[in-house]
Amino acid sequence: MGTAVTHAPATEARAKDPEPRHGPGTPPRPADLKRRGRRENLAGYLFMSPWIAGFLLLTAGPMAASLYFAFTDYNLFDAPRWIGLDNFSEMLGDPRWRHSVRVTLWYVAVGTPVKLLVALGVALLLAQKRRGQAFYRAAFYAPSLIGASVSVAIVWKAIFSDDAIVDRTQKVFGIDAGGWTGDPDLIIYSLVALTVWQFGAPMVIFLAGLKQVPRELYEAADVDGAGKLRQFWKITLPMISPVLFFNVLLETIHSFQIFSSAYIVGGGAGGNACGPADGSMVYTCYLYVQGFENSRMGLASAMAWMLLVAVALVTAVLFWSQKRWVHYEEGGR
Amino acid sequence: MTAQAGDITRTPSAKGALRRRLPGSLAWHIGALALLAVILYPVVWVVGGSFKASEDIVGSLDLFPADPIVSNYTGLADGIADISVSTFFFNSLLLAVGSVIGILISCSLTAYAFAKIRFAGRNLLFTLMIGTLLLPYHVLLIPQYVLFRNLDMINTYTPLLLGKYLATEAFFVFLMVQFMRNLPRELDEAARLDGCGHLRIYWSIVLPLCRPALITSAIFTFINSWNDFMGPLIYLNEPGKYTVSLGLKMFVDQEGLANYGGMIAMSLVALLPVLAFFLAFQRYLIDGMATSGLKG
Repeated sequence: MGTAVTHAPATEARAKDPEPRHGPGTPPRPADLKRRGRRENLAGYLFMSPWIAGFLLLTAGPMAASLYFAFTDYNLFDAPRWIGLDNFSEMLGDPRWRHSVRVTLWYVAVGTPVKLLVALGVALLLAQKRRGQAFYRAAFYAPSLIGASVSVAIVWKAIFSDDAIVDRTQKVFGIDAGGWTGDPDLIIYSLVALTVWQFGAPMVIFLAGLKQVPRELYEAADVDGAGKLRQFWKITLPMISPVLFFNVLLETIHSFQIFSSAYIVGGGAGGNACGPADGSMVYTCYLYVQGFENSRMGLASAMAWMLLVAVALVTAVLFWSQKRWVHYEEGGR
Repeated sequence: MTAQAGDITRTPSAKGALRRRLPGSLAWHIGALALLAVILYPVVWVVGGSFKASEDIVGSLDLFPADPIVSNYTGLADGIADISVSTFFFNSLLLAVGSVIGILISCSLTAYAFAKIRFAGRNLLFTLMIGTLLLPYHVLLIPQYVLFRNLDMINTYTPLLLGKYLATEAFFVFLMVQFMRNLPRELDEAARLDGCGHLRIYWSIVLPLCRPALITSAIFTFINSWNDFMGPLIYLNEPGKYTVSLGLKMFVDQEGLANYGGMIAMSLVALLPVLAFFLAFQRYLIDGMATSGLKG
């Protein structure tokens, strides 16, 4: 189910391939087959032509160009000048770059697990058949749709600013930290809160996974006298592990790419693009600053490739690890 | 997990069962409602705040003002930086509708090829397509910008729309492929025997049956396009062409705290189309999400 992200659909397609092309009893003549195959190829590539054009023009071509820019000094106005690995050494020696890496890793490492835990917890709650289940599911999902908008980022900034609700609530508990969005150390927490607030999308996927767990397993466990907690560890978790894997993969990849919310929640104050004292300077924010504010397209391309490598590594590690903890049903898709 | 305890009713008497079930059910509803309150707080806050005077919005803890004012909304009629708010809405709408049309055509054609035509290299292309699903957009950001700049297309809507017509949104291709594969094979096989070509099968058989997947893709595309901030930020530089997202950001930068009420009101108005779509089509959206996770 979950590996499906890359593998299953392809194998599924292959498995379906030996399929009768002609009616029973009439073995097709080779010449017919050949002609038919050519026609199918032509039709296939004609239908695919928008995607192929898009892939070459907007994905593969730009990726190659970006790789080239990464080794050049390029400001958009003069031709790119080859400088070898200078962009990469500049990056590694730049304290602001290292800071943006730290901020992003922290955001991914805290925001993603918390969001998924909340999503799973709420999914378990909603998986019980109760009145109003569909209503709650829809209401909890709604933030995932609007969470990426500028509007919500603006509202977020207001709610977490000095003297607003969050600040006042923490004062009730005797914490006088001030508003989060004005504090270089705290602003990132407001971004974590914003991503956790959007737990609805992974929750919906968890719910769908939970629905597919056969009830008999729980009934059998009940008969055997296994407690609820044990049933969760031994039945629920293994059964939904493909869905868990899917959510972990997608949410992690998305978290690495956070931009708009950091740019808007952090922006504004003193003309600083990404938060007070770079507090919300996530990786892509710095990439934007270097590329589009400082016109350093070569350096920004090098940064983008570092991001790609990091995301690819995380993806590879996740796929490698799934052998140990993701359970696919025998003979499943 | 405590709430689940109410699920098991081993007591034979109905009375006992009721007594055991009730606290569990109550706890469940209290938990769900408490969560709902936290989730909805920002939304209620922005609705209430939009009827307050600017200086009362952040400091005051009352969600709704004692004497509501509407000047935050009426003030929007003045526009932002001499541009009418309706201009931003028109621009956003144009982009969103243009994106929806592009996605529906290009992604369904591509999905049909993957799902229904057996051509050489299909599996390789499918793997490539899935690969783009995981590719961080930022790698393409700069080279695409350079490309469109060289083509003299900065400050036009082409960079924001072209990809939609070239099926670069792999997620929707994937969603439609999954849907098409589950359609009964007999239908298009029968049509083939009757001498129908692929175009005919695509148009008359597969597309009508794919309505749910098409609707899901259309709504997600509309909402994504409406919310998009980075694309317009990079490609548009003339306020008259700004989308709602960019107009809102301009509002914040120019007036900021001075016109907090107007900013909050505008934020809410900007969300309305998305909320309307959500209320009208939430089932399609949630089901679309759910299947993407299960099969994807």
